[in-house]
Amino acid sequence: MNQLSERKYVIMGVFVLVGLAFIARLFYIQVIDDSYKLDARNQAFRYTTEFPVRGYIYDRKHKLLVYNEAAYDLMVIPKEVKELDTADFCKLLDITNEDFLKKMKKAVQAPNSPRKPSIFEKQLSPKDYAALQERLYRFHGFFVQSRTLRKYPMRIAANMLGYIGEADKDMTEKDSYYNEGDYLGISGVEKTYEKVLRGKKGLHILMVDVNNSPKGSYMNGLYDTAAISGKSLESTLDADLQLYGEQLMQNKIGSIVAIEPQTGEILALVTSPSYDPNLLVGRARNKNFSTLYLDTIRVPLFNRATMASYPPGSTFKLVESLIGQHEGVLSPETRYPCSAGYAPMGGHPKCEVHPSPLALYDAIGYSCNSYFSYVFKSIIENKKYHDTYKAFEAWRNTALSFNIGRKTGSDLANELRGNIPSIKYYDKVFGKGSWKASTVISLGIGQAELGITPLQNANVVTIIANKGWYYIPHIVKAIDDNPNDTTLNRFKVKWFTSITDTAIYNNVIEGMSHVTESGTAHLLKIEGVEYCAKTGTAENPHGKDHSVFVAYAPKNNPKIAIAVLVENAGWGASWAGPIATLMMEKYLNGKVVRKELEKTMMDANLIDKMQVKEVKKKK
Amino acid sequence: MERKQSNNIFSDIDWVTVMLYLVLVTMGWLNIYSAVYNEDHHVITDMTQKYGKQLIWIGTSLLLALIILIIDEKFYTAFSYLIYGIFLTACIAVPFLGREVKGSRSWFRFGDFGIQPAEFMKFAANLAIAKFLSNQHIKISDYRNTIITLLIIGIPLFVIKVMQDETGLAIVFVAFIFTLYREGLSVNYLLLGFLAIVLFILSLLINNVYLFIIISSLCLLTLVFIRRNAQNLFVVALIGLLACGMVKGTSTVYEHMEAHQKIRIDVLLGRGTVDKKKEGYNVNQAKIAIGSGGFTGKGYLNGTQTKYDFVPEQDTDFIFCTVGEEWGFLGSSLVILLELTLILKVIFMAERQRSAFSRIYGYSVASVLFFHLTINVGMTIGLAPVIGIPLPFFSYGGSSLWSFTILLFIFIKLDSHRLSILR
Repeated sequence: MNQLSERKYVIMGVFVLVGLAFIARLFYIQVIDDSYKLDARNQAFRYTTEFPVRGYIYDRKHKLLVYNEAAYDLMVIPKEVKELDTADFCKLLDITNEDFLKKMKKAVQAPNSPRKPSIFEKQLSPKDYAALQERLYRFHGFFVQSRTLRKYPMRIAANMLGYIGEADKDMTEKDSYYNEGDYLGISGVEKTYEKVLRGKKGLHILMVDVNNSPKGSYMNGLYDTAAISGKSLESTLDADLQLYGEQLMQNKIGSIVAIEPQTGEILALVTSPSYDPNLLVGRARNKNFSTLYLDTIRVPLFNRATMASYPPGSTFKLVESLIGQHEGVLSPETRYPCSAGYAPMGGHPKCEVHPSPLALYDAIGYSCNSYFSYVFKSIIENKKYHDTYKAFEAWRNTALSFNIGRKTGSDLANELRGNIPSIKYYDKVFGKGSWKASTVISLGIGQAELGITPLQNANVVTIIANKGWYYIPHIVKAIDDNPNDTTLNRFKVKWFTSITDTAIYNNVIEGMSHVTESGTAHLLKIEGVEYCAKTGTAENPHGKDHSVFVAYAPKNNPKIAIAVLVENAGWGASWAGPIATLMMEKYLNGKVVRKELEKTMMDANLIDKMQVKEVKKKK
Repeated sequence: MERKQSNNIFSDIDWVTVMLYLVLVTMGWLNIYSAVYNEDHHVITDMTQKYGKQLIWIGTSLLLALIILIIDEKFYTAFSYLIYGIFLTACIAVPFLGREVKGSRSWFRFGDFGIQPAEFMKFAANLAIAKFLSNQHIKISDYRNTIITLLIIGIPLFVIKVMQDETGLAIVFVAFIFTLYREGLSVNYLLLGFLAIVLFILSLLINNVYLFIIISSLCLLTLVFIRRNAQNLFVVALIGLLACGMVKGTSTVYEHMEAHQKIRIDVLLGRGTVDKKKEGYNVNQAKIAIGSGGFTGKGYLNGTQTKYDFVPEQDTDFIFCTVGEEWGFLGSSLVILLELTLILKVIFMAERQRSAFSRIYGYSVASVLFFHLTINVGMTIGLAPVIGIPLPFFSYGGSSLWSFTILLFIFIKLDSHRLSILR
């Protein structure tokens, strides 16, 4: 019997061991392994997002450019759909039975789940929602989640404002703030100021039971957060001027950029053709987007003001004049001959017939190609450098300081760099040491490989108006009415070019004055306003010359600097000039008296004319 | 040599055991309240809810305990076989006489309440085994007595499993093996049983052909080390053949099992692909509930997984999930420790008995409680197959609470007379 009583230790040992094993196992699954906690949350919590109101955008006079309108996403939890009268439901939503099945299938498949809500129909308008809401109680498993959609009362500045899109998988991986399907700014100001405009999403945690019916908020809402509305933007844009510019540019390809020189604030940023920004909102967005996207002739989604690089043409002669003086090879008294062209190269580049020889002011006024070929040659062959390459490098660096050939750093999403060809580039094309001033002489008249965006060109005029400095052009001047928001700090730094001598600028300004008084733009007058300008006619390989015009006004107290480019329209003074002066007249005088010219410009259709030609060519 | 009896029936009662019992029952009740908590019926004594009903079961259990303590202890020894016979008859009769509830034919219904006679078979069988083995002329090591003992256990097991199809209630009778071991059952039986379990698991996990090769190799290896005479050769060959037969048998039995039983085995062994939404749902949800409790738990009535019905049977077989979720590691460990303390306490009490009957009965009480604890908690944390058996004193249900109460309090009564004459 004694031996048997020893067995109690075996039995007790087994019991204790099992108990300890269980406690060890509990320690593992409860304390060490966190996956069960996550599983529990995924099952028993329903996270509902409260979408914040996106910030409004106003113009410089506090006119509303962008606001929000309520929209409603129809959500479905497939598991809870019961006894649905499909025919009635489809009729109400105006969808076919196949659509219905397709949408339900999508809601059930990964990443969606039959137990979790997913979007059935996006962005119902308030009207559709009202019709649906009355009868929603009959459709078990469906509910409505409110979202906000952008609305553009003035229908202007589409490319500058940009549009909203849905976050895709890439986006959600890049920034964990977003969930798939969240709205975010894709282009324009909506993109640049996304973080300011979007606000902060609110989160509510609901507890649900196994049948997914809500059981109240978790911990009485201790962990819930309220949505924080996005901040509003005050744009530098003058909505009236912008609208006027878009009207002037209708049926033309090109762009207008107007800047307030003292501040670098962009007053108008027109790119044409454009589109009604309201098209890229709501249920028809995708359809409209592909229509716009596939319009390869008009390319309405392309922001020419910042994304198109054109040869500056004769407008570059202003920079040429500045550099020439800066390098000491040019003064107002310098005279060069012109024989309807640049004689040393056998009359190329060609020039118009005008008095000869000319001094600097008149050379700018008449836009003499011969004159500026001589100027460019004198800069590149400047004795003080003893070396063409060094002289070229100096020329290039000074030009770069005018923000040509590099991004301005504005707050406009997507900017092109433009181009000033480098020594390296020419060595590659012509061979090292086998090119000289005459080889690249057309740089002197703003042709060859030079490329400049309308925004950069407007900035160059700004620099001349300011006599040597500028602020980075920008489109937002205040955030939530606070002009000192740190986001905007970089627009408060004054930048100087390599040329700081104001006398040099004064000479060029005098030349630009000659343009409007007796030169290429003498026919374009603004009542009561003395302004400075330079016409340009940019040759390009894609057909007729681009019509270019840069100007600022008034001459002695610059309020507006402007660059206009109309593609394939010919002389600078015939299209870009009138448009630029009308813009300045509108902005400075508040009204336009040259009604005849205004009408001609607005009515002109240069796009269809081009297309007709193209069709003829093809035949 | 009768000891002078005290006038008071409570005088020699082991109050520590009674206190442990009361603590566990109370904790169980509070957890049932939380598991089926319903804001419309937040009064814990609401008789329309399970927690209200459990209060009735607790009350009647205490009444039963009192009656058991009042009845003379000789009653239990004298009527052991009779009690066994009565309940065995009831178990056999219930499939014919009882009303079908949820497809189960193991219930006698009385209005709102139901009774499962199989629950009471536990203490009845316990009494019968104690009676049989306490006979001074009976040695369990005699194989005839072994067979009789196994029959006392096996008949109710068979009846409940085959006639009532209540696996959970039937399998509990395996627990008596601990008692039999304590009373002298040959270790060889246990080793054979252990070998059988190992082979059972291996035969489901490993290709049978490999197993046959492994068994043969082991047999040959054994022959290298032992004396190679005819008897040894015969024994080794027999064991080897039995092992192979067991492997083959298991596979065959498994193939002929019903789908849901196969799945339970698959889930436990992590065999094949277990769909967490279907066959693996219960265990997975149970683990999520317990695992999400963390170290200190979510707090009383704050559980989401159990309260919101993610865990099935959260008030009965899966009550431990509520403990794990709301009281965390601290609470669930405490429950295990309390249950284990009670079980070990019962063993200590059993060992101090002069009478073999009381000792054997006590060991069986501890074994039955331990078996319930192991399977019930084990299945919620994925260490045991899902078999529907209650957590002693915790799970909702009148029959099980009554049954455990009777089981325990008969022993408390017997213990209170431990200094009496040898029975």
